[in-house]
Amino acid sequence: MKPGDAEPGGVGPGGVEPGGVGPGGVDLATVNAGTPGLRASARAARRLDREDASAMRSPWLRPLGVIGLVILALFLFLAIAAPLVAPYDPIAQDSMKLLPPSAEHWFGTDQIGRDVFSRVIYGARLSLPVALLLVAVACAVGTLLGAIAGYFGGWAEGLIMRSADLVFAFPGIILAMAVVAALGPDLVNAVLAVVIVSWPAYSRVVRGMILSMREENYVHASRLLGASSLRTLWVDVRPGVVGPIVVLAALDVGNAVLTLSGLSFLGLGARPPVAEWGSMVASGAQYFDKWWLGVFPGLAILLVVLAANFLGDTVRDVLDPRSARRGRA
Amino acid sequence: MTSFLTPVAGRWYALPGLLRFTLRRLAAGILLVLGITLVSFVLTQLVPGDPVTANLGERAAADPAVVEAWRRQHGLDLPLPQQYLNYLGNLLGGDLGTSQQSHRPVTQDLAQFMSATFELALAAIAVALVLGVGLGVLAAMRRDRLADQIIRVVSLAGVSVPTFWLSLVAMYVFYARLGISPGSGRLNPGTTPPPDVTGLYTVDAVLSGQWTVLGEAAAHLWLPALVLAIFTIGSLTRFTRASVLEVVGNDYVRAGRAKGLSPSYVTFGYILRPALVSVITVAGLAFGNLLGGAVLVETVFSWPGLGAYAYRGALTLDLPAIMGVSLVVAVVYVVVNFVVDLLYAVVDPRIRLG
Amino acid sequence: MSAPSEPAGAPAPVLDVRDLTVTLPRRGGARLSAVSGMNLVLRPGEIVGLAGESGSGKTMTALAALGLLPGGARTTGEILFEGRDLLALPQRALRDVRGRDIAMVFQDPMTSLHPMLTVERQITDHLRHHRRVSRADARARALELLETVRIPGPEQALRSYPHRFSGGMRQRIAIAVALACDPKVIIADEPTTALDVTVQAGILRLLDRLRRERDMSVLLITHDLGVMSSLADRISVMYAGRVVENGPRRDVLTEPRHPYTRGLLDALPHPEEETSELRPIPGQPPSAGTTPAGCPFHPRCAWARESCVERLPGLVELAPAHSAACPVDPFGPPLSGPPLSREVPS
Repeated sequence: MKPGDAEPGGVGPGGVEPGGVGPGGVDLATVNAGTPGLRASARAARRLDREDASAMRSPWLRPLGVIGLVILALFLFLAIAAPLVAPYDPIAQDSMKLLPPSAEHWFGTDQIGRDVFSRVIYGARLSLPVALLLVAVACAVGTLLGAIAGYFGGWAEGLIMRSADLVFAFPGIILAMAVVAALGPDLVNAVLAVVIVSWPAYSRVVRGMILSMREENYVHASRLLGASSLRTLWVDVRPGVVGPIVVLAALDVGNAVLTLSGLSFLGLGARPPVAEWGSMVASGAQYFDKWWLGVFPGLAILLVVLAANFLGDTVRDVLDPRSARRGRA
Repeated sequence: MTSFLTPVAGRWYALPGLLRFTLRRLAAGILLVLGITLVSFVLTQLVPGDPVTANLGERAAADPAVVEAWRRQHGLDLPLPQQYLNYLGNLLGGDLGTSQQSHRPVTQDLAQFMSATFELALAAIAVALVLGVGLGVLAAMRRDRLADQIIRVVSLAGVSVPTFWLSLVAMYVFYARLGISPGSGRLNPGTTPPPDVTGLYTVDAVLSGQWTVLGEAAAHLWLPALVLAIFTIGSLTRFTRASVLEVVGNDYVRAGRAKGLSPSYVTFGYILRPALVSVITVAGLAFGNLLGGAVLVETVFSWPGLGAYAYRGALTLDLPAIMGVSLVVAVVYVVVNFVVDLLYAVVDPRIRLG
Repeated sequence: MSAPSEPAGAPAPVLDVRDLTVTLPRRGGARLSAVSGMNLVLRPGEIVGLAGESGSGKTMTALAALGLLPGGARTTGEILFEGRDLLALPQRALRDVRGRDIAMVFQDPMTSLHPMLTVERQITDHLRHHRRVSRADARARALELLETVRIPGPEQALRSYPHRFSGGMRQRIAIAVALACDPKVIIADEPTTALDVTVQAGILRLLDRLRRERDMSVLLITHDLGVMSSLADRISVMYAGRVVENGPRRDVLTEPRHPYTRGLLDALPHPEEETSELRPIPGQPPSAGTTPAGCPFHPRCAWARESCVERLPGLVELAPAHSAACPVDPFGPPLSGPPLSREVPS
């Protein structure tokens, strides 16, 4: 057809006839609509809107992460340098009982004459490493089980995911309490109980992400190119899963500290005379009018958990899939 | 060319859809409860040490004949699956064993303490929903402004406070120092509880018109309920904020604005409904959190509920009591989530089809 | 920049965009230009097509007319609706125009209809808000509209939720929503892009019927010149935030004067001629904030000369009502790169 030729299909200047779109028009539309590239670019355009909105987000959010990091670093330092920092032996009963805070005993002394300040410092030695270890184990176990469930499916998936459902059927601390009560109250069992309560969250996330990623084109492409399924899992799926898992783990540290100290508070965690914040608060509950017994170790828990959550929240902001996409684009 | 005029809609199965959904969720719930009993059974099997020694004492356990008789009597000589079925049968018959602390049937103890926990948890979830949703919506509406930042820090603090410690501090401040709270328990010592209808003292007091008792029950209730709610307020605030912001980004909200509706109309008519519907789904989870937290709060406030009972059980390693509490709490949790799912399906027309 | 001359005796435009610029904020205080020096005229009963790749500023123009630009966006110029400048109107007055005088149809009917509101509520919400009619009257009107857009079983449809309908049906409902207040202008942003092929024709036909029955103007935004070829009276082609060509549909489609328009047409499949091949435009449209100096199209243009790199050509009227922002003849010999076919699809 030459330029200037009249179009076929009777499309005059007035537009189309009722009931008949010019055949050329329909066909052009037809082919174009099926082109994935065009749809993708339309999606990209819509995303642009959102990005513009997020580009204006205030940088206010970051200081929280810094504060969290500083507090955690401080407590880590206290944990490492406890013997140097603490003025007294945390289990030595060499002072007057139940002394209120003073220049000599900043946080007072407890019911058997131990220095509360020293015990709070030594408490960091217990709570922090244990919580970190616990999250690491729960994360590893949960991720592994989730990957097995998501990638192999079948009975393994059924077993793993039904177990996860079962764990979710209990409020966390209740199940942890029952597990510790059954296994016998000590710190190792308490940690085990919290791991049992924590792993399913990771499994669900990992399995869900693997299932949805298997549908992604680039994973298909990689399979078509002959990559083995395990290789695909490692090379193509892993990078997408790492972000959410790190976010989950970061936010889980605070929960781990809370559940663990809660169990100790109930007498199901660390055994005396070990300095543990939760059990210190418990003794504060027994000597109700001696407020310093419970307030200071509780404050320590609050600070650590708050710092962990500040950090976890910031990590999520940074690693959130939507912001991550913005970073890559 | 008329094929595109064929309606996809045209069949009307709203009610059957909901019914099907209900039955499916019900079946899943029953399976879950069965699973819970299995967990509970397995945990009882894990107990280290010999149950015979634990129950009969060292001296009797030294006599093999006594041990044998006891094992047979309690079905411990049967294979494990058989034992589980017996255990299940006992559960259905309402037999949860005997509490070692109260020497009464656990079922009886649970029945006695359950209503106190419910009153506390219901009050707490009410407070948490109102404050959590309110703060979350406010934060989303003032996104990235000062109010949002403050709410963010406050809600993070809410999910970071150890509940048991906060209970202690609240007791110390409001009871010991300020005298605003009447202290532990559900009523003042010496007050007779209102006639038992629901087991919730505040409700029963209203039902029987005992206004002084109502005042007393409420005075005892507010502080533990508030303390218990703090964690949930924090998490609901954060969830609500995220949920509202997600809805705001949707085309249908932009479409609502393009209709020229007023901002407040768009907020209430187009944004809040879908946002709050997804809040419903986490309300069930939040209720579970509250039941768990109740163990800690009740302990400090001497609130005579399941939590304090479980705490005493934990101190004396009274396994039947702890298992009883976790069983009941888990089942209640499943039931609450079932109800929440149904509610969700009723409010969101899309779910029924799925 | 010269506005294209108007044919004498043409009715007064219902929507008149004059020298519109839209800038969006970027991180670090920089501003990104989304639309520059935009002119567009929409007369009563007319369908004007606004074409261009995504990111070319089509949607921003539409959003500017409705006052729905993302937060932080700034505008200059005028958007006159029946003589009133929409950009200068206070929010409240603008809301009275939105939905009542100017309505919008969105790209994806799967997301533009509220999933939890009945069809009736979505059609009548703004009707009741703008016109203060009773619930019963609004309902009757909604029923009538569903019949107009040919939804089968309109009585039942009113009571149901969007998820019960297919994509094409939903888009018809979305059009009924737009029609509710008898608007003078409908802005349809890629109204067929998200739909199946067989359904697209029906939606386009519906839009065409409606504008003639109701003497309504339609601003049809699409990246797809094929959609325009059957429907638009006039076409404006945008590239990198600017109108590069502007004219009656037939002229633009058969005698494109801008190499970019030419490229878009060559990139369309043309089933009638088996020998013709698709020719994609080489390169990518400039991404946000990287618009090249001079004519923004020059890096991808086979006819680009020295002057194109240095100077931004303005729109020049080349034929009656047909103008392009390019000094070269896209049917002349190219200066570089592969020659484009002389064949142009209709």
